[in-house]
Amino acid sequence: MCLAIPIRVEELLGDDMARVMLGGVSKVISIALLEDVRIGDYVLLHAGFALTRLDQDEAARTLALMHEAAVPGLAVAEGDRA
Amino acid sequence: MKHIDEYRDGALARAMAAVIAREAVAARSYRFMEFCGGHTHAISRYGIEDLLPANVQMIHGPGCPVCVLPIGRIDDAIHLAMRPEVTLCTYADLMRVPASAGHSLLKAKAAGADIRMVYSTLDAIRIAEAEPGREVVFFAIGFETTTPPTALAIRLARRKRLTNFSVFCNHVLTPSAIRAILDTPDVRVDGFVGPAHVSTVIGTDPYAAIAAAYRKPVVVAGFEPLDVVQAILMLIRQINEGRHEVQNQYIRAVTAGGNRIAQSEMAEIFERRPWFEWRGLGELALSALRLREAYADLDAERRFDVETVPAADNPACECGAILRGVKKPAECKLFGTVCSPEMPMGSCMVSPEGACAAHWTYGRFRDAAKAGAESARV
Repeated sequence: MCLAIPIRVEELLGDDMARVMLGGVSKVISIALLEDVRIGDYVLLHAGFALTRLDQDEAARTLALMHEAAVPGLAVAEGDRA
Repeated sequence: MKHIDEYRDGALARAMAAVIAREAVAARSYRFMEFCGGHTHAISRYGIEDLLPANVQMIHGPGCPVCVLPIGRIDDAIHLAMRPEVTLCTYADLMRVPASAGHSLLKAKAAGADIRMVYSTLDAIRIAEAEPGREVVFFAIGFETTTPPTALAIRLARRKRLTNFSVFCNHVLTPSAIRAILDTPDVRVDGFVGPAHVSTVIGTDPYAAIAAAYRKPVVVAGFEPLDVVQAILMLIRQINEGRHEVQNQYIRAVTAGGNRIAQSEMAEIFERRPWFEWRGLGELALSALRLREAYADLDAERRFDVETVPAADNPACECGAILRGVKKPAECKLFGTVCSPEMPMGSCMVSPEGACAAHWTYGRFRDAAKAGAESARV
Protein backbone atom coordinates (compact mmCIF):
# COMPACT_ATOMS: atom_id res chain seq x y z
CA MET A 1 0.00 0.00 0.00
CA CYS A 2 2.83 2.39 0.86
CA LEU A 3 4.67 1.38 -2.29
CA ALA A 4 6.38 4.30 -3.99
CA ILE A 5 8.82 4.39 -6.88
CA PRO A 6 11.73 6.70 -7.55
CA ILE A 7 11.10 8.52 -10.79
CA ARG A 8 12.66 11.40 -12.75
CA VAL A 9 10.58 14.48 -13.53
CA GLU A 10 10.68 15.00 -17.31
CA GLU A 11 8.39 17.97 -17.86
CA LEU A 12 6.52 20.52 -15.77
CA LEU A 13 2.94 20.93 -16.96
CA GLY A 14 1.70 23.71 -14.69
CA ASP A 15 -1.19 23.49 -12.20
CA ASP A 16 1.02 21.34 -9.92
CA MET A 17 1.26 18.57 -12.50
CA ALA A 18 4.34 17.00 -14.09
CA ARG A 19 5.16 14.36 -16.66
CA VAL A 20 7.30 11.31 -15.82
CA MET A 21 8.28 8.20 -17.77
CA LEU A 22 7.43 4.87 -16.16
CA GLY A 23 9.17 2.03 -17.99
CA GLY A 24 8.69 3.84 -21.31
CA VAL A 25 5.12 4.89 -20.54
CA SER A 26 4.46 8.59 -20.14
CA LYS A 27 2.44 9.45 -17.05
CA VAL A 28 1.11 12.67 -15.57
CA ILE A 29 1.52 12.99 -11.80
CA SER A 30 0.69 15.57 -9.16
CA ILE A 31 3.54 17.51 -7.58
CA ALA A 32 1.21 19.54 -5.34
CA LEU A 33 2.84 18.11 -2.18
CA LEU A 34 6.30 19.46 -3.07
CA GLU A 35 7.79 22.90 -3.52
CA ASP A 36 10.03 24.02 -6.39
CA VAL A 37 10.13 20.76 -8.33
CA ARG A 38 12.52 20.99 -11.28
CA ILE A 39 13.06 18.93 -14.40
CA GLY A 40 15.60 16.21 -13.62
CA ASP A 41 14.58 15.92 -9.96
CA TYR A 42 14.00 12.41 -8.71
CA VAL A 43 10.82 12.11 -6.66
CA LEU A 44 9.09 9.22 -4.88
CA LEU A 45 5.83 8.54 -6.71
CA HIS A 46 2.94 7.12 -4.68
CA ALA A 47 -0.57 6.66 -6.07
CA GLY A 48 -0.16 9.47 -8.58
CA PHE A 49 1.48 11.94 -6.17
CA ALA A 50 5.12 12.88 -5.65
CA LEU A 51 5.62 12.45 -1.90
CA THR A 52 9.16 13.63 -1.48
CA ARG A 53 12.24 14.60 -3.44
CA LEU A 54 15.18 12.17 -3.42
CA ASP A 55 18.33 13.91 -2.29
CA GLN A 56 21.19 12.88 -4.61
CA ASP A 57 23.90 13.85 -2.12
CA GLU A 58 22.30 11.89 0.71
CA ALA A 59 21.83 8.92 -1.64
CA ALA A 60 25.53 9.00 -2.49
CA ARG A 61 26.34 9.30 1.22
CA THR A 62 24.12 6.29 2.04
CA LEU A 63 25.84 4.13 -0.58
CA ALA A 64 29.26 5.24 0.68
CA LEU A 65 28.25 4.35 4.25
CA MET A 66 27.02 0.95 3.09
CA HIS A 67 30.31 0.21 1.35
CA GLU A 68 32.26 1.42 4.34
CA ALA A 69 30.20 -0.67 6.77
CA ALA A 70 30.63 -3.73 4.57
CA VAL A 71 34.45 -3.61 4.38
CA PRO A 72 35.13 -5.89 7.39
CA GLY A 73 32.66 -8.40 5.97
CA LEU A 74 33.95 -8.49 2.39
CA ALA A 75 36.53 -11.23 2.96
CA VAL A 76 34.04 -13.37 4.89
CA ALA A 77 31.36 -12.99 2.22
CA GLU A 78 33.87 -13.88 -0.51
CA GLY A 79 34.90 -16.95 1.47
CA ASP A 80 31.25 -18.02 1.80
CA ARG A 81 30.79 -17.97 -1.92
CA ALA A 82 34.00 -19.85 -2.72
CA MET B 1 21.79 6.95 -10.17
CA LYS B 2 18.22 5.66 -10.49
CA HIS B 3 17.79 4.89 -6.80
CA ILE B 4 16.84 1.23 -7.26
CA ASP B 5 19.55 -1.19 -8.47
CA GLU B 6 22.25 0.41 -6.33
CA TYR B 7 20.39 -0.82 -3.26
CA ARG B 8 20.01 -4.41 -4.51
CA ASP B 9 23.68 -5.42 -4.70
CA GLY B 10 23.87 -9.01 -3.44
CA ALA B 11 27.63 -9.04 -2.77
CA LEU B 12 27.35 -5.91 -0.66
CA ALA B 13 24.40 -7.39 1.24
CA ARG B 14 26.40 -10.55 2.02
CA ALA B 15 29.34 -8.48 3.21
CA MET B 16 27.11 -6.37 5.46
CA ALA B 17 25.47 -9.53 6.76
CA ALA B 18 28.92 -10.88 7.65
CA VAL B 19 29.49 -7.72 9.69
CA ILE B 20 26.12 -8.25 11.39
CA ALA B 21 27.10 -11.83 12.25
CA ARG B 22 30.36 -10.54 13.72
CA GLU B 23 28.78 -7.78 15.79
CA ALA B 24 25.70 -9.64 17.04
CA VAL B 25 26.57 -10.89 20.52
CA ALA B 26 26.19 -14.68 20.47
CA ALA B 27 25.00 -14.83 24.09
CA ARG B 28 21.88 -12.79 23.44
CA SER B 29 19.03 -12.67 20.95
CA TYR B 30 17.81 -9.69 18.94
CA ARG B 31 14.13 -9.45 18.06
CA PHE B 32 13.38 -6.62 15.67
CA MET B 33 9.98 -5.73 14.31
CA GLU B 34 9.75 -4.32 10.81
CA PHE B 35 6.60 -2.25 11.12
CA CYS B 36 5.79 -1.87 7.42
CA GLY B 37 4.40 -4.39 5.01
CA GLY B 38 6.82 -2.97 2.46
CA HIS B 39 9.72 -4.13 4.63
CA THR B 40 8.06 -7.51 5.24
CA HIS B 41 7.79 -7.95 1.49
CA ALA B 42 11.43 -6.93 0.89
CA ILE B 43 12.68 -9.23 3.67
CA SER B 44 10.82 -12.21 2.19
CA ARG B 45 11.47 -11.42 -1.45
CA TYR B 46 15.22 -10.89 -1.09
CA GLY B 47 15.74 -13.64 1.49
CA ILE B 48 17.18 -11.25 4.07
CA GLU B 49 16.38 -13.64 6.93
CA ASP B 50 18.72 -16.16 5.31
CA LEU B 51 21.56 -13.68 5.64
CA LEU B 52 21.02 -13.08 9.35
CA PRO B 53 22.51 -15.12 12.18
CA ALA B 54 20.04 -17.33 14.07
CA ASN B 55 19.94 -14.99 17.08
CA VAL B 56 18.73 -12.05 14.98
CA GLN B 57 15.01 -12.47 14.30
CA MET B 58 12.65 -10.34 12.30
CA ILE B 59 9.05 -10.05 13.48
CA HIS B 60 6.47 -8.86 10.99
CA GLY B 61 4.48 -5.88 12.22
CA PRO B 62 1.00 -4.53 11.52
CA GLY B 63 2.01 -1.92 8.93
CA CYS B 64 -0.12 -3.29 6.12
CA PRO B 65 -3.27 -1.16 5.97
CA VAL B 66 -5.25 -3.84 4.16
CA CYS B 67 -4.39 -6.30 6.92
CA VAL B 68 -5.42 -4.11 9.87
CA LEU B 69 -8.73 -2.93 8.42
CA PRO B 70 -11.49 -4.67 10.40
CA ILE B 71 -14.07 -6.76 8.59
CA GLY B 72 -16.89 -4.42 9.65
CA ARG B 73 -15.45 -1.62 7.53
CA ILE B 74 -15.17 -3.86 4.45
CA ASP B 75 -18.82 -4.78 5.06
CA ASP B 76 -19.64 -1.05 5.12
CA ALA B 77 -17.87 -0.53 1.79
CA ILE B 78 -19.78 -3.42 0.24
CA HIS B 79 -23.08 -2.00 1.54
CA LEU B 80 -22.18 1.37 0.01
CA ALA B 81 -21.28 -0.26 -3.29
CA MET B 82 -24.55 -2.21 -3.38
CA ARG B 83 -26.53 1.04 -3.40
CA PRO B 84 -27.78 1.51 -6.96
CA GLU B 85 -26.72 5.16 -7.16
CA VAL B 86 -23.17 4.58 -5.86
CA THR B 87 -19.94 4.05 -7.79
CA LEU B 88 -17.30 2.86 -5.32
CA CYS B 89 -13.71 3.67 -6.26
CA THR B 90 -11.04 1.65 -4.49
CA TYR B 91 -7.36 0.74 -4.63
CA ALA B 92 -7.04 -2.76 -6.07
CA ASP B 93 -5.54 -4.15 -2.83
CA LEU B 94 -8.98 -4.16 -1.20
CA MET B 95 -10.89 -6.11 -3.84
CA ARG B 96 -10.25 -9.60 -2.47
CA VAL B 97 -10.26 -8.90 1.27
CA PRO B 98 -12.69 -11.34 2.89
CA ALA B 99 -15.75 -9.64 4.42
CA SER B 100 -18.58 -11.19 6.47
CA ALA B 101 -20.37 -14.26 5.15
CA GLY B 102 -17.77 -15.00 2.49
CA HIS B 103 -18.32 -11.68 0.75
CA SER B 104 -15.71 -9.42 -0.85
CA LEU B 105 -15.73 -6.35 -3.06
CA LEU B 106 -14.77 -8.59 -5.96
CA LYS B 107 -17.86 -10.75 -5.42
CA ALA B 108 -20.04 -7.66 -5.03
CA LYS B 109 -18.68 -6.38 -8.35
CA ALA B 110 -19.44 -9.73 -9.98
CA ALA B 111 -22.96 -9.45 -8.58
CA GLY B 112 -23.43 -6.15 -10.36
CA ALA B 113 -22.20 -3.47 -7.94
CA ASP B 114 -20.44 -0.56 -9.65
CA ILE B 115 -16.96 -0.90 -8.16
CA ARG B 116 -13.97 0.52 -9.97
CA MET B 117 -10.30 0.03 -9.22
CA VAL B 118 -8.35 3.25 -9.36
CA TYR B 119 -4.63 4.02 -9.24
CA SER B 120 -5.00 7.46 -7.73
CA THR B 121 -7.54 9.58 -5.87
CA LEU B 122 -7.38 11.87 -8.90
CA ASP B 123 -8.92 9.07 -11.00
CA ALA B 124 -11.90 9.03 -8.63
CA ILE B 125 -12.28 12.79 -9.05
CA ARG B 126 -12.18 12.36 -12.83
CA ILE B 127 -14.93 9.71 -12.67
CA ALA B 128 -17.11 12.02 -10.54
CA GLU B 129 -16.65 14.83 -13.05
CA ALA B 130 -17.36 12.63 -16.06
CA GLU B 131 -20.43 10.98 -14.54
CA PRO B 132 -22.41 13.62 -12.63
CA GLY B 133 -25.37 11.25 -12.33
CA ARG B 134 -23.39 8.82 -10.15
CA GLU B 135 -22.58 9.15 -6.42
CA VAL B 136 -18.83 8.50 -6.50
CA VAL B 137 -17.44 7.26 -3.17
CA PHE B 138 -13.69 6.86 -2.70
CA PHE B 139 -12.81 4.03 -0.30
CA ALA B 140 -9.84 5.63 1.45
CA ILE B 141 -7.49 3.44 3.44
CA GLY B 142 -3.84 3.56 4.39
CA PHE B 143 -1.30 5.04 6.74
CA GLU B 144 0.18 8.54 6.50
CA THR B 145 1.71 7.80 3.08
CA THR B 146 -1.69 7.41 1.48
CA THR B 147 -3.47 10.13 3.45
CA PRO B 148 -2.16 13.27 1.66
CA PRO B 149 -3.48 12.09 -1.74
CA THR B 150 -6.92 11.68 -0.13
CA ALA B 151 -6.68 15.13 1.47
CA LEU B 152 -5.80 16.74 -1.86
CA ALA B 153 -8.70 14.97 -3.60
CA ILE B 154 -11.12 16.31 -0.98
CA ARG B 155 -9.75 19.80 -1.45
CA LEU B 156 -10.01 19.46 -5.22
CA ALA B 157 -13.61 18.23 -4.97
CA ARG B 158 -14.45 21.29 -2.87
CA ARG B 159 -12.71 23.62 -5.33
CA LYS B 160 -14.53 22.06 -8.27
CA ARG B 161 -17.80 22.15 -6.29
CA LEU B 162 -18.40 18.45 -6.93
CA THR B 163 -21.62 17.43 -5.21
CA ASN B 164 -21.45 13.77 -6.24
CA PHE B 165 -18.08 12.92 -4.64
CA SER B 166 -17.42 11.71 -1.09
CA VAL B 167 -14.80 9.80 0.86
CA PHE B 168 -15.27 6.76 3.08
CA CYS B 169 -12.31 7.46 5.35
CA ASN B 170 -10.33 4.66 7.02
CA HIS B 171 -6.94 6.32 7.33
CA VAL B 172 -4.90 5.19 10.33
CA LEU B 173 -1.88 6.52 12.20
CA THR B 174 1.46 4.75 12.51
CA PRO B 175 2.70 6.04 15.90
CA SER B 176 -0.54 4.87 17.57
CA ALA B 177 0.00 1.36 16.23
CA ILE B 178 3.63 1.22 17.37
CA ARG B 179 2.55 2.24 20.88
CA ALA B 180 -0.21 -0.39 20.84
CA ILE B 181 2.32 -3.08 19.91
CA LEU B 182 4.63 -2.03 22.73
CA ASP B 183 1.71 -2.01 25.19
CA THR B 184 0.75 -5.59 24.28
CA PRO B 185 1.94 -7.87 27.08
CA ASP B 186 2.78 -10.92 24.93
CA VAL B 187 4.97 -9.01 22.47
CA ARG B 188 8.75 -8.99 22.89
CA VAL B 189 10.48 -6.56 20.57
CA ASP B 190 14.00 -5.13 21.05
CA GLY B 191 13.76 -2.47 18.37
CA PHE B 192 12.00 -1.32 15.23
CA VAL B 193 12.89 -1.00 11.58
CA GLY B 194 10.85 2.18 11.20
CA PRO B 195 8.54 3.06 8.30
CA ALA B 196 9.98 4.24 5.00
CA HIS B 197 7.37 6.17 3.10
CA VAL B 198 5.18 7.00 6.10
CA SER B 199 8.24 8.78 7.43
CA THR B 200 8.69 10.86 4.25
CA VAL B 201 5.39 12.44 5.32
CA ILE B 202 5.57 12.56 9.15
CA GLY B 203 9.37 12.71 9.48
CA THR B 204 11.42 10.95 12.16
CA ASP B 205 10.43 13.29 15.02
CA PRO B 206 7.19 11.47 15.99
CA TYR B 207 9.18 8.34 16.93
CA ALA B 208 11.39 10.15 19.45
CA ALA B 209 8.86 10.05 22.28
CA ILE B 210 8.20 6.35 21.66
CA ALA B 211 11.89 5.42 21.60
CA ALA B 212 12.46 7.33 24.83
CA ALA B 213 9.35 6.14 26.71
CA TYR B 214 9.71 2.46 25.83
CA ARG B 215 13.52 2.48 25.62
CA LYS B 216 13.48 0.85 22.18
CA PRO B 217 15.66 1.93 19.26
CA VAL B 218 13.93 2.91 16.01
CA VAL B 219 15.82 3.03 12.70
CA VAL B 220 13.79 4.48 9.84
CA ALA B 221 14.78 2.55 6.71
CA GLY B 222 14.11 2.49 2.97
CA PHE B 223 12.31 -0.42 1.31
CA GLU B 224 15.27 -1.74 -0.71
CA PRO B 225 17.11 -4.81 0.60
CA LEU B 226 20.39 -3.02 1.39
CA ASP B 227 18.42 -0.37 3.29
CA VAL B 228 16.92 -3.07 5.50
CA VAL B 229 20.25 -4.84 6.10
CA GLN B 230 21.93 -1.57 7.02
CA ALA B 231 19.08 -0.68 9.39
CA ILE B 232 19.43 -4.05 11.13
CA LEU B 233 23.15 -3.40 11.64
CA MET B 234 22.35 0.04 13.07
CA LEU B 235 19.81 -1.50 15.47
CA ILE B 236 22.30 -4.14 16.64
CA ARG B 237 24.90 -1.45 17.33
CA GLN B 238 22.39 0.57 19.34
CA ILE B 239 21.42 -2.47 21.42
CA ASN B 240 25.04 -3.45 22.00
CA GLU B 241 25.83 0.06 23.19
CA GLY B 242 22.69 0.30 25.34
CA ARG B 243 21.22 3.12 23.24
CA HIS B 244 17.57 3.60 22.26
CA GLU B 245 17.60 6.43 19.76
CA VAL B 246 15.75 7.29 16.61
CA GLN B 247 18.14 6.97 13.67
CA ASN B 248 17.48 7.67 10.03
CA GLN B 249 18.94 5.24 7.49
CA TYR B 250 16.68 6.62 4.72
CA ILE B 251 18.32 10.04 4.60
CA ARG B 252 17.86 10.33 0.84
CA ALA B 253 14.07 10.61 1.30
CA VAL B 254 13.26 11.32 4.95
CA THR B 255 13.93 14.36 7.09
CA ALA B 256 13.33 14.95 10.80
CA GLY B 257 10.33 17.19 10.15
CA GLY B 258 8.82 15.35 7.17
CA ASN B 259 6.75 16.88 4.39
CA ARG B 260 5.23 20.07 5.84
CA ILE B 261 2.87 20.65 2.92
CA ALA B 262 1.43 17.14 3.26
CA GLN B 263 1.09 17.61 7.03
CA SER B 264 -0.79 20.88 6.71
CA GLU B 265 -3.10 19.42 4.04
CA MET B 266 -3.92 16.51 6.36
CA ALA B 267 -4.46 18.80 9.33
CA GLU B 268 -6.80 20.99 7.29
CA ILE B 269 -9.07 18.13 6.22
CA PHE B 270 -8.86 15.48 8.94
CA GLU B 271 -9.17 15.16 12.70
CA ARG B 272 -8.52 12.19 14.96
CA ARG B 273 -11.32 9.77 15.76
CA PRO B 274 -11.76 9.11 19.48
CA TRP B 275 -11.56 5.35 18.77
CA PHE B 276 -11.00 3.07 15.83
CA GLU B 277 -10.91 -0.70 15.60
CA TRP B 278 -7.78 -2.34 14.23
CA ARG B 279 -7.72 -5.93 13.19
CA GLY B 280 -5.46 -7.79 15.60
CA LEU B 281 -4.90 -4.80 17.88
CA GLY B 282 -8.48 -4.02 18.95
CA GLU B 283 -9.94 -0.57 19.64
CA LEU B 284 -7.17 2.05 19.77
CA ALA B 285 -7.76 5.60 21.02
CA LEU B 286 -6.90 8.50 18.68
CA SER B 287 -5.46 6.09 16.12
CA ALA B 288 -7.42 6.99 12.98
CA LEU B 289 -8.69 9.97 11.02
CA ARG B 290 -12.09 11.26 9.95
CA LEU B 291 -13.18 14.32 7.99
CA ARG B 292 -13.53 17.56 9.95
CA GLU B 293 -16.95 19.15 10.38
CA ALA B 294 -16.07 21.74 7.73
CA TYR B 295 -15.86 18.93 5.16
CA ALA B 296 -18.88 16.96 6.44
CA ASP B 297 -20.60 17.26 3.05
CA LEU B 298 -17.77 15.23 1.49
CA ASP B 299 -17.87 12.52 4.16
CA ALA B 300 -19.50 9.32 2.87
CA GLU B 301 -20.12 8.11 6.43
CA ARG B 302 -22.39 11.11 7.05
CA ARG B 303 -23.87 11.27 3.57
CA PHE B 304 -24.99 7.63 3.66
CA ASP B 305 -25.44 7.18 7.43
CA VAL B 306 -22.83 4.45 7.71
CA GLU B 307 -23.00 2.66 11.04
CA THR B 308 -20.27 0.08 11.37
CA VAL B 309 -21.33 -3.24 12.87
CA PRO B 310 -18.33 -5.08 14.30
CA ALA B 311 -17.86 -8.46 12.63
CA ALA B 312 -15.87 -11.40 13.94
CA ASP B 313 -12.90 -12.88 12.10
CA ASN B 314 -12.89 -16.51 11.08
CA PRO B 315 -12.23 -18.15 14.49
CA ALA B 316 -9.40 -20.31 13.16
CA CYS B 317 -7.66 -17.35 11.43
CA GLU B 318 -4.54 -16.22 13.30
CA CYS B 319 -4.22 -12.85 11.53
CA GLY B 320 -4.63 -11.04 14.86
CA ALA B 321 -1.73 -12.81 16.57
CA ILE B 322 0.36 -12.58 13.40
CA LEU B 323 -0.24 -8.81 13.19
CA ARG B 324 1.00 -8.44 16.78
CA GLY B 325 4.05 -10.50 15.93
CA VAL B 326 3.33 -13.24 18.48
CA LYS B 327 2.67 -15.95 15.88
CA LYS B 328 4.23 -16.79 12.54
CA PRO B 329 2.14 -17.48 9.42
CA ALA B 330 3.04 -21.19 9.31
CA GLU B 331 1.68 -21.58 12.86
CA CYS B 332 -1.86 -20.88 11.62
CA LYS B 333 -3.94 -23.96 10.90
CA LEU B 334 -5.46 -22.32 7.84
CA PHE B 335 -2.11 -21.35 6.28
CA GLY B 336 -1.60 -23.14 2.99
CA THR B 337 -4.53 -25.49 3.61
CA VAL B 338 -7.71 -23.51 2.98
CA CYS B 339 -6.00 -20.10 3.00
CA SER B 340 -3.77 -19.04 0.11
CA PRO B 341 -3.44 -15.84 -1.94
CA GLU B 342 -5.87 -17.32 -4.49
CA MET B 343 -8.48 -18.08 -1.79
CA PRO B 344 -7.61 -15.88 1.19
CA MET B 345 -9.44 -16.48 4.48
CA GLY B 346 -7.68 -13.68 6.34
CA SER B 347 -6.45 -10.26 5.32
CA CYS B 348 -2.76 -11.11 5.91
CA MET B 349 -2.99 -13.46 2.93
CA VAL B 350 -4.55 -10.86 0.62
CA SER B 351 -2.06 -8.05 0.28
CA PRO B 352 1.40 -8.94 -1.08
CA GLU B 353 2.64 -6.96 1.94
CA GLY B 354 0.79 -9.20 4.38
CA ALA B 355 2.97 -11.50 6.47
CA CYS B 356 1.08 -14.61 5.28
CA ALA B 357 1.15 -13.72 1.59
CA ALA B 358 4.88 -12.89 1.79
CA HIS B 359 5.58 -16.20 3.53
CA TRP B 360 3.44 -18.11 1.03
CA THR B 361 5.09 -16.51 -2.00
CA TYR B 362 8.70 -16.66 -0.81
CA GLY B 363 9.34 -17.84 2.75
CA ARG B 364 7.75 -21.29 2.69
CA PHE B 365 10.30 -22.50 0.12
CA ARG B 366 13.00 -21.67 2.61
CA ASP B 367 11.22 -23.70 5.29
CA ALA B 368 10.85 -26.58 2.84
CA ALA B 369 14.54 -26.46 1.93
CA LYS B 370 15.46 -26.45 5.62
CA ALA B 371 13.16 -29.39 6.36
CA GLY B 372 14.60 -31.25 3.36
CA ALA B 373 18.14 -30.69 4.57
CA GLU B 374 17.23 -31.94 8.05
CA SER B 375 15.54 -35.11 6.82
CA ALA B 376 18.51 -35.81 4.56
CA ARG B 377 20.73 -35.64 7.62
CA VAL B 378 18.62 -38.22 9.50
